[in-house]
Amino acid sequence: MRRGSARHALVPRYPWLMSRAVGITGLGIATGFGIGVEALWDGLLAGRSAIGPIRQFDASAFPVNFAAEVDPAVSVRDFVPKTYRKAVKVMCRDVELAVIGAAKAVEDAKMITKAAGEGEITFAPNRVGCQIGSGLIVAEINELTTAFAKGCDESGAFDMKRWGREGMNELTPLWLLKYLPNMLACHVTIIHDCRGPSNTITCGEASGALSIGESRRVIERGDADVCFSGGAESKINMLGLLRQHYTRMIADTTPDMDPGSVVRPFGEEAIGSIPGEGAAILMVESIETAQRRGARIYAEIAGFGATQSADLSQCPPMPDASGDGLADAIEQALSDARVSADAIDAIVPLGCGQGEYDAAESAALRTTFGLNLPRIPLVTTKPNIGLCAAATSALDVAAGALCVCNQTLPARIAPRPVMDGLDAGPTRQRDARLEHVLVCGSGFGGQNTAVVLKRHKR
Amino acid sequence: MAKTRVVITGMGWVTPLGHSIDEVWSRLINGESGVDRITRFDAETYPTNFAAQVRDYDYRSYLRDPELHRHARLNSQYALGAAVQAWRESGLDRYAALNRKRVGIYFGAGEGPPAFERSVASNLAGWKGGGGTGVDPAAWIAAAREHIVMHEEVEQEANFPLLHVSQELGVRGPAYNCLTACAASTQAVGEGMEIIRRGDANVMIAGGTHTMLHPLGVTGFNRLTALSTRRDSPQSASRPFDLTRDGFVMGEGSGVVIIETLEHALSRGATVLAELIGFGSSADAFRITDIQPEGLGAQAAMREALVDAGIDPHERLPDGRPPIHYISAHGTGTQENDSIESLAVKGVFGELAPHIPVSSIKSMMGHLIAAAGAVELITCVQAIRTGWLPPTMNLQTPDPACDLDYVPNRSRQAKVDVALSNSFGFGGQNDTLVVKRFEGA
Repeated sequence: MRRGSARHALVPRYPWLMSRAVGITGLGIATGFGIGVEALWDGLLAGRSAIGPIRQFDASAFPVNFAAEVDPAVSVRDFVPKTYRKAVKVMCRDVELAVIGAAKAVEDAKMITKAAGEGEITFAPNRVGCQIGSGLIVAEINELTTAFAKGCDESGAFDMKRWGREGMNELTPLWLLKYLPNMLACHVTIIHDCRGPSNTITCGEASGALSIGESRRVIERGDADVCFSGGAESKINMLGLLRQHYTRMIADTTPDMDPGSVVRPFGEEAIGSIPGEGAAILMVESIETAQRRGARIYAEIAGFGATQSADLSQCPPMPDASGDGLADAIEQALSDARVSADAIDAIVPLGCGQGEYDAAESAALRTTFGLNLPRIPLVTTKPNIGLCAAATSALDVAAGALCVCNQTLPARIAPRPVMDGLDAGPTRQRDARLEHVLVCGSGFGGQNTAVVLKRHKR
Repeated sequence: MAKTRVVITGMGWVTPLGHSIDEVWSRLINGESGVDRITRFDAETYPTNFAAQVRDYDYRSYLRDPELHRHARLNSQYALGAAVQAWRESGLDRYAALNRKRVGIYFGAGEGPPAFERSVASNLAGWKGGGGTGVDPAAWIAAAREHIVMHEEVEQEANFPLLHVSQELGVRGPAYNCLTACAASTQAVGEGMEIIRRGDANVMIAGGTHTMLHPLGVTGFNRLTALSTRRDSPQSASRPFDLTRDGFVMGEGSGVVIIETLEHALSRGATVLAELIGFGSSADAFRITDIQPEGLGAQAAMREALVDAGIDPHERLPDGRPPIHYISAHGTGTQENDSIESLAVKGVFGELAPHIPVSSIKSMMGHLIAAAGAVELITCVQAIRTGWLPPTMNLQTPDPACDLDYVPNRSRQAKVDVALSNSFGFGGQNDTLVVKRFEGA
């Protein structure tokens, strides 16, 4: 076994960090299963799939026709204070999902903020940070095209001069601000009055996990006590779906397929993932303040690692087949957590169900865990909630934290056969002793992340 | 335990005033403007039809294998040139013992420019299919699969500059892209420094890249009425801190610095350009469209950076000078930003504020959006190295709300040992860096 040996793991690299441990005290979730962490956990436990035919528009002519969508009837207005309802006009769907997730996260963490709960606020505003990952947001197509149509001449051809004079005026003045990726964090900081460090990570599927790494570092260095963290995104729109198709991560489907059985992580006949949408906004908090206020700690964030690797010679770029970049990220995370690979009791991989991604990921896991790998159960979420873009790795961290907190492994709906040496086949939910869970994955564009979650003992 | 010291050992930029440190710096000190009519596309009828464009730039000349990067969009192209310049200056390209797993990247890169004509063609086809009341999905996807090109779409993701630069330089460490609007690359350098301080990398390639000089980008800022509309005099349109300022002027480009632990730099005999000593980040938490009127968020970022740097803003040095000798302002040229930023500087430095020169190079090269912060940090390092302060051009009519020393219209010689760079993003994300002359280990 090349990696994960005790040699790496047992030397504390940064002894000064011992004093400021960080954990997860709130989960604000929106997925195809509904709003709230209970809906996600119930769906995973039961091994249900939230994937079905796309409802937000007629996608029957698209290369992919299925998605795990957040119920389009859910209104963000129900999740913002009355004084902020006017501002929902400038929220695109990605912002709405983040705002809903943040409201649920605060509630779940039993925090009081300017917008949530009654009584004295839990944290001074400058002690609250915000690192929410987001994606390349697509402008609402009918609004944009109404303007394009006004930019056409009498023959119906688009005319740049007419666009400058008339067409562009069809767009509301704040049009641009609806779609800036930092608006997820900005709306959340305004609603909940958090004035600490604020960041927006945009690294594809890695965005959510990288944001959690950032929140942890901000708290470790003492610049905040708690952070809104994680990610939110929806690519369930026309251009978003086409772009997803172009990444090759997504399966081509036909409407007659069974939506719930398309995604087969590490399956030998895997044909690709299915897009999801959602938010996983986590309250990442110092253990010290969490204990002082008696908060539930789902799990400690004991280790984090991040690297870069991809094969740019292919178009679109694909993961490096060796999986070495991801293996390096896992090694960093284990070393950071000061544990060896033997300590890992379960793994939440990306497991997106696309052959090359799955092959690279399983190569990384084999490098790290060697002969032990078949004994470590994999928790795969994509067959349940789809590949949720910038939210996806944060949702996986949430799933891992739920496993650790409940000492339970959810059911798996991936079919056999799976790639050699992996424990990824179907099971029912079961109790398990979970001291350390690894959450890892690679995103489109080559960022690899690994998070080691540790059971919190009072 | 003392913080790990982090130093800058390489810098590179691609800007509307040129593509090398010395060329751009001499133009800044000469007060030259990079602003002109937009030629990238037909913006003639736009309310604002001018900007500062990067000109005569061929990214392929910097690359070992241009073919590998053939699909790079303009944001990635600019980042490649800036990063290769910085990498070469740092000497890391010639350092055989480099551990590439301990070299990371933190960019504040903007998204790649969209394929505008293709999107227009597909959307209008979908519009016709929908009978002129909405876009019909079946008609849209049929047209889109004909018009829209795969690599032009996937390369728009904001993490692609990371991908291109990491492949070109062969680095494999931690990789992040943050997109906090106009504050992005200041934040990237600051968080990159924190990654090094934590011990997660020895070296970080940090900075940003962006172009919004495409039809939808210029449209978006026009609709926000954030831009100057002085169509008759583009070169004097960007006038930060001037009473008659009427908005910012868009620019584009990239700035990249190589930062590493002092120990790593010394062990390989590198030339240290400056030491990075402070970073602060905050949120206004006020309104999406407006800056907090007292500049509280900006003040918090500056204060946090000064605390991190161990500097008391009210304490003069033994030689009587203020503790900071130059501020590279965010200084966009909007009414709101410039008066509030001035107020914030006064709020932080009190009676010493009038004694600190503050200037905005956006008066010359426009606003590089996500890339602005890194380019302005390089400006601070250049001020330390050369003893020259770049001017704020076009400052003809003083504004009573802007009553600091803005180095108006002419560059000036000054001894700069410590400089501060501000960046404030739309939506209220604020970041500040403090950089210092390197005075030895």
